[in-house]
Amino acid sequence: MAAILYKQARFRLSGDRALLVEYGDGIDPVINEKVRAMTTLLKRNLPAGVEAVVPAYRSLSIIYDPLATTPGRLAEILHALEADSRAAEIAKAKVVPIPVCYGGEFGPDIGVVAEHTGLREDEIVVIHIAVDYPIYMIGFTPGFCYLGGLDRRLQMPRRKTPRTNLPAGSVGVAESQTGMYPVDSPGGWQIIGRTPLRLFAPARENPFLYEAGDRIRFVPIAEAEFRRLREKEWS
Amino acid sequence: MELFAVRNPGPMTTVQDLGRLAFLDRGVPLSGALDPFACRVANLLVGNPEDAAVLEITVMGPTIEVLTPADIALTGADMGMTINQAPIRAWRTVRANPGEVIRIPRAASGCRAYLAVTGGIDVPLMMGSRSTFVRAKIGGVQGRGLIKGDILHRRAGSLLTRPRELPDEWIPRYAREIALRAVPGPQDDAFREGIDAFFGASYEVTQQADRMGCRLRGPAVHRDGESPESIVTEPTMPGNVQVPADGQPIILLVEQTSGGYAKIATVITADLPNVAQAMPGNIVLFERVTLEDAHRLYREQQKHLQQIREHLKRVYGL
Repeated sequence: MAAILYKQARFRLSGDRALLVEYGDGIDPVINEKVRAMTTLLKRNLPAGVEAVVPAYRSLSIIYDPLATTPGRLAEILHALEADSRAAEIAKAKVVPIPVCYGGEFGPDIGVVAEHTGLREDEIVVIHIAVDYPIYMIGFTPGFCYLGGLDRRLQMPRRKTPRTNLPAGSVGVAESQTGMYPVDSPGGWQIIGRTPLRLFAPARENPFLYEAGDRIRFVPIAEAEFRRLREKEWS
Repeated sequence: MELFAVRNPGPMTTVQDLGRLAFLDRGVPLSGALDPFACRVANLLVGNPEDAAVLEITVMGPTIEVLTPADIALTGADMGMTINQAPIRAWRTVRANPGEVIRIPRAASGCRAYLAVTGGIDVPLMMGSRSTFVRAKIGGVQGRGLIKGDILHRRAGSLLTRPRELPDEWIPRYAREIALRAVPGPQDDAFREGIDAFFGASYEVTQQADRMGCRLRGPAVHRDGESPESIVTEPTMPGNVQVPADGQPIILLVEQTSGGYAKIATVITADLPNVAQAMPGNIVLFERVTLEDAHRLYREQQKHLQQIREHLKRVYGL
């Protein structure tokens, strides 16, 4: 069933200092584009009392200071912004290239994925790099992207037993999703490769390489290139 | 300057301030003191800005050797602090001198205590805050809880001319039965039948209570038959009461950014310190309030803080 873009935003109270604004009922590029447009407009001209705007798949959360504004006032501002034609003119998504070394020690599950999907390892790579994946939202851990657009041929279940410690940079697939683990963490995805980039570097001037709305382009690299970049990024 | 040598860290002692808002859209949680009221008052008592870094001490406290003179104040849970074995009252300042040993044994009431020091704990500002977020290894002391042998530093700050104390009647009492006021939503529409039972029931705080969330045990909360088990993943807020498939509620806290379970209600901001102070085994009851009530109670809490600031200024001069 296709997701529906609401004619008018719907509001939900997430306690006494956050307002959730929904633009549709499911995971869908058009709905997410609307979320992205509204987030950009809000951030460009932050209403009084707004402390943070957090975009998600089909909704955004506005964190506000209850001493300075109310959900009612924020809803009015949002309706006015929506009527504004600029909502349609959001800049083109930025494409962020992410080099990935596929298979071998960096992608320990690529054999399992090949077995499950009936594809050869090199075919898996070709399919995985063929599209630019939109970042629908970032959450769960710092820099963790919820990406859309995984080819159906690569969809397969999670591992039965999650790994207890995946190295930062691991790239995997699970069900309809693909993504990267920005920090060492436990995880149940099927790992097919690893990026040498530091996806989350807290002490770097900009700790992140991307934001919600950008597109991720995976670029295959050889092991020597992985080691060279890894050295450069992490030393 | 070198302030403390940690002899025994306690099970979970971290550096916290009032948290980081700036990177919520990149999956970096708020973090910060779970009980911001106690954190602010501890800092006011030693003459610091309210967002200076403090130690957040969970259930059992550390043993610390003092290396540099400092004024210190312990607030929050009543943990029976001693200096060189002499009992020291909480919610007031005391001068700690080099060579003395501070012991913070165990919470008798409440769950988390806050130790503020002159100038604030000196750790690098990371992404706008000094708060420790252990899962991503950022903030605080190398992104982790304190360990034996750590040397903590403090920032520059003036010692007080005389000790300060919070008037007795303003010291929070932490009960074993805790009423938490909550606003329905964001997904109260998935619990049209279950919500009345939820607001009438009492829940026990389980051992699974940390900075990410506080799991409760009690009567299962039922979703309406036609409501799906999960929702499209969305941003969460501290105080959101999430109801997973087994119907046992979880109060989400400061180390969570997003989630895919429906949330029946949200604890009001003014009552979040009481969640921070709930010990495993304590009983929690949810009380329904309107958004207008929640905002009025928030304003009252802010006024109370202002009253404390003005009192300290009047009595001790700032």
